[in-house]
Amino acid sequence: MATRTGTRVTPATTAKKGAWASKKRQDQIIRAAATIICLLGLIVILFPLAWMISTALKTRAEVAKFPPVWIPAIPQWDNFRIALTGANPFGRYFMNTMFYAISVMVAEAVSCSFIAYGFARLRAPGKNAIFVLVLATMMLPTWVTLIPQYIMFSKIGWLDSYKPLIVPHWFGSAYLIFLLRQFYRGLPKDYEEAALIDGANYLRIWARIIVPLSLPALGAVTIMSFMFHYQDFAGPLIYINSQINYPLALGLQQFQAPFGGTRFDLLMAASIVTIIPPIIVFFVAQRYFIQGIVVSGVKG
Amino acid sequence: MAAHVASRRQTSRFSLIPAGKLERREALWFWFFISPWVIGFILFTAGPIIASAYLSLTNYAPGKSPQWVGLSNYATLFGDRIFWKSLQVTSYYTLLAVPLGICLSLLLAVLLNQKVPFVGVFRTLYYLPALLGGSVAVALLFSWLLNPQFGIINFIIRFFVGPQGILPVGIVGPRWLQDPNWVIPSYTMLALWGFGGGMLIYLSALQGVPTHLYEAATIDGANRFQQFFKITIPMISPVILFTFITGMIASFQVFTPAYVIAGGTQLGAPAYSSMFYVLYLFLNAFQRYRVGLAAAQAWILFVIIMILTMLMFWASRRYVYYESDEEGSI
Repeated sequence: MATRTGTRVTPATTAKKGAWASKKRQDQIIRAAATIICLLGLIVILFPLAWMISTALKTRAEVAKFPPVWIPAIPQWDNFRIALTGANPFGRYFMNTMFYAISVMVAEAVSCSFIAYGFARLRAPGKNAIFVLVLATMMLPTWVTLIPQYIMFSKIGWLDSYKPLIVPHWFGSAYLIFLLRQFYRGLPKDYEEAALIDGANYLRIWARIIVPLSLPALGAVTIMSFMFHYQDFAGPLIYINSQINYPLALGLQQFQAPFGGTRFDLLMAASIVTIIPPIIVFFVAQRYFIQGIVVSGVKG
Repeated sequence: MAAHVASRRQTSRFSLIPAGKLERREALWFWFFISPWVIGFILFTAGPIIASAYLSLTNYAPGKSPQWVGLSNYATLFGDRIFWKSLQVTSYYTLLAVPLGICLSLLLAVLLNQKVPFVGVFRTLYYLPALLGGSVAVALLFSWLLNPQFGIINFIIRFFVGPQGILPVGIVGPRWLQDPNWVIPSYTMLALWGFGGGMLIYLSALQGVPTHLYEAATIDGANRFQQFFKITIPMISPVILFTFITGMIASFQVFTPAYVIAGGTQLGAPAYSSMFYVLYLFLNAFQRYRVGLAAAQAWILFVIIMILTMLMFWASRRYVYYESDEEGSI
C-alpha cells in the first residue's frame, strides 16, 4: 500500500509532506458539506408536497387559519371521500386517463421500436439526412401543427374523442425513436447476422431478436410515454369537450372556483389522488426511467 | 456470406441507389421500417406546417371557408400591444427560468457527484418534482402555496423577516401571482421546483468525464475551482448546450400552469402579466375563433425558436467542446 501510494505521488514529491493525506481530509470535508447541502435542498424540494398533504387533511376553518397549522387537530380523511364523490365523476376521469395513457403507450412502444430499428441497423442512401429531419421535428413547436391538425380532425368528426390524441402516436414520436435508436446501436450484431444467413427477413429479426433484446429500453420508453400522457392537460383541453370524457387533469381543474371560493382542502385531496399513480409507477420502475432520461440527454 | 461481403464492396460511396442486390434489398427494408414515420411526418407535421402557413394568410373562422387577406394578420399582430406583451412576458420568463434552472441542476449534480452517501435515494427524491412538474395538480398546489393571505410561503417570510419576525427587517411577502411584478418570478419558482430532471442529465454527464484529466490537473497543481472551470465545464459543454436549447424551446411554449392558475377564464391576469405567448395563441384560436391570426402567431413562434436555436449553436461554437466526431454519431 505504502509503495503504491509512493509511486503515485512521485511527480509531486516536491510538494509539502502529507499533501496526500490532507487531500483525503479535504475530500471528506467536501463530501460532508455536499451531503448537508443536499439534505437541506431536499427539505425545500419536498416541502410543497408536505404542505399539500397537510392541507388535504384540514378542516375548512384550519385551511384559512393564520398562522397556519402544519398538523390538523383531527385529520379529515373524509375530505378524500367528499372530493372524489362530489359533482366530479372521478372514477370515470380515472378510467379515461388510463385509457388515453395506455393506448398512447402501446402505440408509441410498437411504432417507435419499429422505426428506430430501421434507423439503427439498416443501411440506405440518405438515411442520415432523414434522421436529421427526425431530430429537427423535436425542435418544432407543437403549436405550429396544432391548428391545422385540429381542423383536420374536426372535419372527420373526431372531436370530443381520444382518437386525435392517440392515432398520431402510431406514427412514432421523434424523441422516443431517437432514444431507442441509441439503444439499438449498442446491441451486438451477431444474432442478426446469424439469422440473416439462416434466411430470416428483417421483420422477423425485429420481432424475434431486437424486441426481446431491447425490453429494458422499451421499458424506459413506455414509462416515459405513460407519465407524460397521464398528466397531459393541453391535448385533452383542446380536443375533449364533454365532462364525461374528461381525463383527471381536466377534472381536477373543475375544483377551481372564481373569486377565491376554491376549497383548497378538497382540491389538495383530489390532487394527491391524481399524483399517486405516477409516483407508484415511478418508484416501481425508476431504474428504467432514469436510464431513459440519461441516455437521451447525454447523447444529445 | 462471401457474396454478401463482396457485393457490399462494390457500392459506390456517393451513389443514391445502391448497386448490389443485397444493398438494394436492405435499403428497401429501411424504407419499409421507417414508413410509419414518413407517413406521420407528411400527415401530422409537414402538411400541417404548410397548412398553417396558408391559414396565417387568411381570415378563417370555424364553419366558414378561409378568405385570403395577405399579410394583414401579421400586420395586426405587430400592431397589437398584447402580442408584444406576450412576447415580453415569455422572454422574461425564459431568461429567468432557463439559466437559473441550469445553474441549480448543475450545482446539485456536482454536489451529488462528491460520493455522497445514498446517491440513489437523493436522485429519486430530487427527481420526484420534475416528474410531477407539468401536472395540473402542481400548478394548483403552487397557486395555494403562493396565496397572499393563507399561503405558507408568505407565512414563512413573515415568520423570519416580517415586522414581528425573528429578524425584524419588516419585509412583507409580495402578492405573488396577483401582483403583475411578481407573476413571472412566481412561475419561475414553479419551473425551478422541477430542476431534478436536468440534474439527472448532468450527473450522468459528470460521471462520463475521464478521471485521468483530473489526476493530471491535480499533479499540475490545479485547485478544485480551476478543475471545475477548465475541465468539468468544457467536457460537459455539449450537454449544457443541449439542455439550454431544449429548455428554451420548452419555456417558450409554457402553457399548462398559466392556463390552470388563471382558471381558464381570466387568461393573462393580472394586467396581462401572465399572458404567455402560447396562452395568447390559444386564446385567439380557441376562445376568440380568430384562427388565421393564431396560425400567424404559431408561425412567428416557429421562426423565433429556429432563429434562437441557430443563434445558440453559432454563439456557442467557440465554447462547446466536442470530442472527435465519429461517423454518423448524431
